[in-house]
Amino acid sequence: MTKGIVKGIIANLVIVEVDDPVSQNEICMIRHSEAELMAEVIKIGGNLIYVQVFESTRGLKIGAEVEFLGNMLEVSLGPGILSRNYDGLQNNLDTMKGVFLKRGEYTDALDRSKEWEFVPLVKKGDEVQAGDWLGEVTENRIKHKIMAPFTLEGSWKIESIAGKGLYTINDEIAVLNGKDDSRLPVTMVQKWPVKKPLKCFRNKLRPFRILETGIRTIDTLNPITEGGTGFIPGPFGCGKTVLQHAISRQAEADIVIVAACGERANEVVEIFKEFPELEDARTGAKLIERTTIIANTSNMPVAAREASVYTAMTIAEYYRNMGLKVLMLADSTSRWAQALREMSNRMEELPGPDAYPMDLPAIISNFYSRAGIVKLNNGEYGSVTFIGTVSPAGGNLKEPVTEATKKAARCFYGLSQERSDSKRYPAIDPIDSYSKYLEYEEVQKTLTELISENWLDMVEYARDIIKRGKEVKEQINILGDDGVPLEHHTLLWKSEVIDFVILQQDAFDEVDRMCPLERQKYMLSKVLSIVRADFTFQKFEEVALYFREVINLLKQMNYAPFQSEQFKGYEKQLESHLKEKEVVYE
Amino acid sequence: MNKKAFKKIYTKINQITKATCSLKADNVGYEELAIVDGRLAQVVKIMGNEITLQVFAGTEGIPTNGEVMFLGHPPTLRIGPDIEGRFLNAYGDPIDGGPELTGEEVEIGGPSVNPVRREQPSQLIATGIAGIDLNNTLVTGQKIPFFADPDQPFNQIMALVALRTDADKIILAGMGLSNDDYLFYKNTFENAGSLDRIIAFINTTEDPPVERLIVPDMALSTAEYYASEKKQKVLVLLTDMTLYADALSIVSNRMDQIPSKDSMPGSLYSDLAKIYEKAVQFPDGGSITIIAVTTLSGGDITHAIPDNTGYITEGQLFLRRDTDIGKVIVDPFRSLSRLKQLVIGKQTREDHPQVMNTAVRLYADAANARTKQENGFDLTNYDERALKFARDYTEELLAVDVNIKIDEMLDTGWRLMAKYFSKNEVGIREDLVNKYWPEVKK
Ligand SMILES: Nc1ncnc2c1ncn2[C@@H]1O[C@H](COP(=O)(O)OP(=O)(O)O)[C@@H](O)[C@H]1O
Ligand SMILES: [Mg+2]
Repeated sequence: MTKGIVKGIIANLVIVEVDDPVSQNEICMIRHSEAELMAEVIKIGGNLIYVQVFESTRGLKIGAEVEFLGNMLEVSLGPGILSRNYDGLQNNLDTMKGVFLKRGEYTDALDRSKEWEFVPLVKKGDEVQAGDWLGEVTENRIKHKIMAPFTLEGSWKIESIAGKGLYTINDEIAVLNGKDDSRLPVTMVQKWPVKKPLKCFRNKLRPFRILETGIRTIDTLNPITEGGTGFIPGPFGCGKTVLQHAISRQAEADIVIVAACGERANEVVEIFKEFPELEDARTGAKLIERTTIIANTSNMPVAAREASVYTAMTIAEYYRNMGLKVLMLADSTSRWAQALREMSNRMEELPGPDAYPMDLPAIISNFYSRAGIVKLNNGEYGSVTFIGTVSPAGGNLKEPVTEATKKAARCFYGLSQERSDSKRYPAIDPIDSYSKYLEYEEVQKTLTELISENWLDMVEYARDIIKRGKEVKEQINILGDDGVPLEHHTLLWKSEVIDFVILQQDAFDEVDRMCPLERQKYMLSKVLSIVRADFTFQKFEEVALYFREVINLLKQMNYAPFQSEQFKGYEKQLESHLKEKEVVYE
Repeated sequence: MNKKAFKKIYTKINQITKATCSLKADNVGYEELAIVDGRLAQVVKIMGNEITLQVFAGTEGIPTNGEVMFLGHPPTLRIGPDIEGRFLNAYGDPIDGGPELTGEEVEIGGPSVNPVRREQPSQLIATGIAGIDLNNTLVTGQKIPFFADPDQPFNQIMALVALRTDADKIILAGMGLSNDDYLFYKNTFENAGSLDRIIAFINTTEDPPVERLIVPDMALSTAEYYASEKKQKVLVLLTDMTLYADALSIVSNRMDQIPSKDSMPGSLYSDLAKIYEKAVQFPDGGSITIIAVTTLSGGDITHAIPDNTGYITEGQLFLRRDTDIGKVIVDPFRSLSRLKQLVIGKQTREDHPQVMNTAVRLYADAANARTKQENGFDLTNYDERALKFARDYTEELLAVDVNIKIDEMLDTGWRLMAKYFSKNEVGIREDLVNKYWPEVKK
């Protein structure tokens, strides 16, 4: 092991002098008089090594000993990750002692004593490669695959495989034979460096099917796909976190990995408290059963904040390789970028725009490229869908993190201050936002098959009305209510119907918060039939009054369980209200 | 500060900037305190044996042969029963003429709470101000600033709010407080007979700005002691965090760090978060609630200080003078309490969320009507009614001089809605309308 001596300290940047070899991103431990502090190599300049410390350096002195561990920052992968609450370095927060985080306290990510019911999936003599499934255990409700070591090269033969039975993660469950008669014992746990994408699949595909979120303005207007990428930029208070929490609760995923990256602790506590109670509408299981939380809140060490998103992504890739649909969420990726900026400034590197490091766009795009839908070696699909939030300084989208993310992510859910101010939640701007996946032929095809033949036309029509409604609003602002023709008022209010009934959705209402695709289709058809209809109005004042009631009834429908008596009741009222003014062409 | 015996004394300072100085010394710990020419300083950088110190009181007049002595520990405070009711300076030394503190010496700026050991904030804090209780309900364990231009009476409102809450301890952290405001707080707390629940750390405009940097840690370490060990409900008042951030930028600029937006240090977000995240609800009842002030210039919330603050705190209370009624109000558009969801309609009446939202929406309609009016367009009958509603709403609910119970705020909301609008214009859930809509006598 290479050893070194501390030569300089600036906050959490420590400079270490070494004589022996050290590699970039290698982990080392700094011997502080009170605790061992973990750090990561971030720059090497001759025999001076710059490391970022994952803890407070208070009290550290020149001359302290440093030991390099020979590995990069790694996570432990094995059964028992689900339902865990980890910090950014995968320490189990629940097994830490005391109320306050003590520096230098590192806890095991996995329970080493728990026994799992192992079922073999291969037999003696079978050939396997890195990542192939050797067996499975049931973790919560998920078939957790035990995979051949991800570091294997070429093809290996199964020398022995454990029979069905109870094993701990440290027990040997298989022995593999390599080309030159090398023997490799295998357990249920393996390690992987977080900054290296976990591959071991046959190929990456273009996303081709929607990942349902239950949020109308996303699924209907700008759907995200399984294995897709998206980002949510928005000024503070516009609803990034509420939206991400809604997605994490409702999305049609097998596994959800939530990275709370440099944001409020209370928001994570909300997940800690609610997820063990709330049910996954699709499986009836508690939400926590499919969820892992990586919490590095804003008051936790900055360097570990950077690590937290990688830790989360690696865990996501691990479950993807089991053939599962994984959704990873990070709130907020700007805090991660800021952590990079803090270090880069301390190292006095040449700064790029807004003092962020020059290579920020490359770092962001590399990270987003780890998402995707893949075909595994056995022909099964697995996917990581990634959605990050961005917190632009001053709410101005022309800043480095937003711009770099825009190049990397394919869905853009821009939150608008104006919509948020007028409580039009979720405040996703319907005109500026986009999903590039709508341009994918394969996505168009699956959407049509899944929903209906004319679905895409309906959505485009709705989008067009929203745009025209906005134009009319601007005209009215300039010309006044009297200054535009009556039809313009009707058009404006038709676009308001779409806004209030389709775009807006109450994240805190038991019923409205989650709208399955089938219901989205029903409501969009309903709304569009109103938009397409002609109405007879005498003066513009009537228009607003009339449509307010239309909106009111449609909203009551949104609040009522789908196709319930209540729902149908409001629908009836709506029909009769429509008859009052609707022009019927015989 | 107490000087310990047998400390090595250095007398050769190599470099002096406005806020820092450097010298060669050995065996120094990071963030350790030192005395430089009689002034308190803290280690901010170590390169080999070259130590850079941040001198809290500024470096004016420090000679290159000034005496430097290292204290061997980071900043500390003596906490014990005799701290209650006291007014202290940034270093925790009395400024009220009382005796020195004798409590146990504790390190300030300690570690953060393990998030899994937190409880979800859940206890409503009633202030009597409808702009807060009705529209932006506060909860224990929350952190929230007032955003206000310097000419707004935020200190008065903070003192009022603090005294109306049932906090066991009120800890005032004054940073760049004018002497008049310091005396205002002192008198107000004394007159309210609440002195025994007050502890104040004060840096006034007469004190050096860099000293402000230790004030929040002093206040919050004290708060942690009472909330965590004594299980008390603690309210911390931080005023003015903009002046705190200014002090941060002074130091980082002196250390040649590359400034980011608005010449603030790139670490501003982390620096502020470390303070605000001390707000916490413990499972056993103890809590730290932080109410802060961030002064704005010309109402600009995109400036780096309010902007970063907004990303950290659980909402903001935006103060503004309403020209129609000539009173200060809590602006319903730009204010937000992110934790209100946890209590409204649960610890308050079921109609709270809907009344709150609907009234704000109608107020927004009035704002649109006003724009129309200003542009010289005719108003519709609805516009006229919205304007009248807004005026009553401002006077009876938004003004900060309101002091009523939450049920009364809700009743007022219904009364004003019914006065100007019909049931289907307000769009509130039918069962609530049936229950609470007052039948107006025409
Ligand atoms: N979909 C929604 N429905 C209702 N209220 C919402 C919604 N989204 C956001 N809000 C309101 O906005 C506040 C701030 O949202 P949040 O997601 O925390 O903002 P951000 O993360 O962008 O700072 C919430 O506390 C809530 O009051
Ligand atoms: Mg947020």
